[in-house]
Amino acid sequence: MTQDHSEHGFAHPAPIKMLLGVFFSLVILTALTLLLAGKMGPFGFVVAMIFATVKAGLVMGFFMHMIWDKPFNVLVFICSTFFLFLFIGMTMTDTGHYQESIDAYPRAAETSTP
Amino acid sequence: MAIAETDSAADHHDDHHDLGEFIAHHFDSAEQQFDSGKLGIWLFLVTEVLFFSGLFVAYTLYRTHHPEIFEQAHVFLDKYLGALNTLVLLFSSLTMALGVRAAQLGNNKSTAIYTLITMFCAAMFLGVKAVEYSHKWDMGIFVRSQFALDFGHHGAPEGTMAHSLGISQYLVYLSVIPLILLVGFIIFSVVSMLMSKGIWSKFFAGMAFTVFGYFFGAVVGHFYMELFPAGPGGGHAANQTVLYALQDEAGHTEGEAHGNEASEVHDEASHTEGGAGHKEADHSHDAAGSHGDEGHGGESHAMDHGPDQSKLDRDIGIFFSIYYCMTGLHAIHIIAGIGFLAWIFARSLMGHWRSDYFGPVDYVGLYWHLVDLIWIYLFPLLYLID
Repeated sequence: MTQDHSEHGFAHPAPIKMLLGVFFSLVILTALTLLLAGKMGPFGFVVAMIFATVKAGLVMGFFMHMIWDKPFNVLVFICSTFFLFLFIGMTMTDTGHYQESIDAYPRAAETSTP
Repeated sequence: MAIAETDSAADHHDDHHDLGEFIAHHFDSAEQQFDSGKLGIWLFLVTEVLFFSGLFVAYTLYRTHHPEIFEQAHVFLDKYLGALNTLVLLFSSLTMALGVRAAQLGNNKSTAIYTLITMFCAAMFLGVKAVEYSHKWDMGIFVRSQFALDFGHHGAPEGTMAHSLGISQYLVYLSVIPLILLVGFIIFSVVSMLMSKGIWSKFFAGMAFTVFGYFFGAVVGHFYMELFPAGPGGGHAANQTVLYALQDEAGHTEGEAHGNEASEVHDEASHTEGGAGHKEADHSHDAAGSHGDEGHGGESHAMDHGPDQSKLDRDIGIFFSIYYCMTGLHAIHIIAGIGFLAWIFARSLMGHWRSDYFGPVDYVGLYWHLVDLIWIYLFPLLYLID
């Protein structure tokens, strides 16, 4: 991926305005998350995660220069989220299998008393 | 050997003559070195994500199975302090990105200044975190095995939570190391200045400024706590509402609460007998004993003013085990980040960066943004539970 541009070789200094714009978007998104917390009922968790993911996307895309990075580097990093979901997903499919042992534990009796 | 050397010299002579002193011999060009380093740091960041993923799995599992514990526990976290820390980290990410930009342009002075601001914010984050931690420790909120939540003591006003008025002992302990560092850096800076080593004098002055950020954060956090002892709808006011609701739900009979408490003690004792060695069992007996004493002494007081803590889920401490692990590991990453940033800061002062050699700034920047990224997820997951 050799770029054919002039003076600065392989450095791609990001415009200051863009960085500031990203920062203020992140602040606004944080404020929105805070305002919406506890007001979305059952969707609260999903909404909070969507906001967090949008923020993460802004940080990765602009602050970490992923948009201008080599596709292979991006692929490598995105793979980590794939493995993260694999890890969580596989564990979640397995967790119900021990419910009987958990129910047998003294704690279960305690919570069932009124 | 001789032949090979002359060959390579003939091949690469033109490439090498204008490369900086920091381009390693085995790279063809500055760009190749930069790209190799970049791939390396991305791979490292992948391992970092996976490192944290274990804790995210613990969180997900526990929250799916025991959502009620999360609902009870998160009210002990102050979401405004969490939001403040989020802003501090976001701002530090901005200055880091500006620092990378300055390094790419070969502007060493700006890189040094931006790096310094980033380090200050990092230390400020830790200062606020120290206030949060020490406040919890004051209330007896520890990890599950040490959990001993304690309401209404420390002379807290009627109906409010146990706010330590004045400076927490734990906060003082936590601040010992930063204080030593602050004094040390100032001394080093002055000594370097006297020895007319300008760069090192500036470096240590910068580090002292960084450590000052910790105290700044601690003061901000502390005054926030003092100004809003009940919390402006944040952790603490919500605390009371939720806990009084729990009390109403439970508080019909005292005997019932007693029964619960007794069974809890019994459970804990039997649990530890089955588990680890004598020491731990002894400890849990002690804890149980003192717990009982308190109950005897201030029984009516607790019923009148304090929420009925026996109705809190006794495993609420597991939330805090997860909380301390996640935020603690994150804090360790912040501390490590300050170390790397200090290295970047020193090299900026030495004027090492140029438009074809800024890799280390970029790599540390990526690491720093990842630390920010993880906090972006930790904040809603821990502080903003519905």
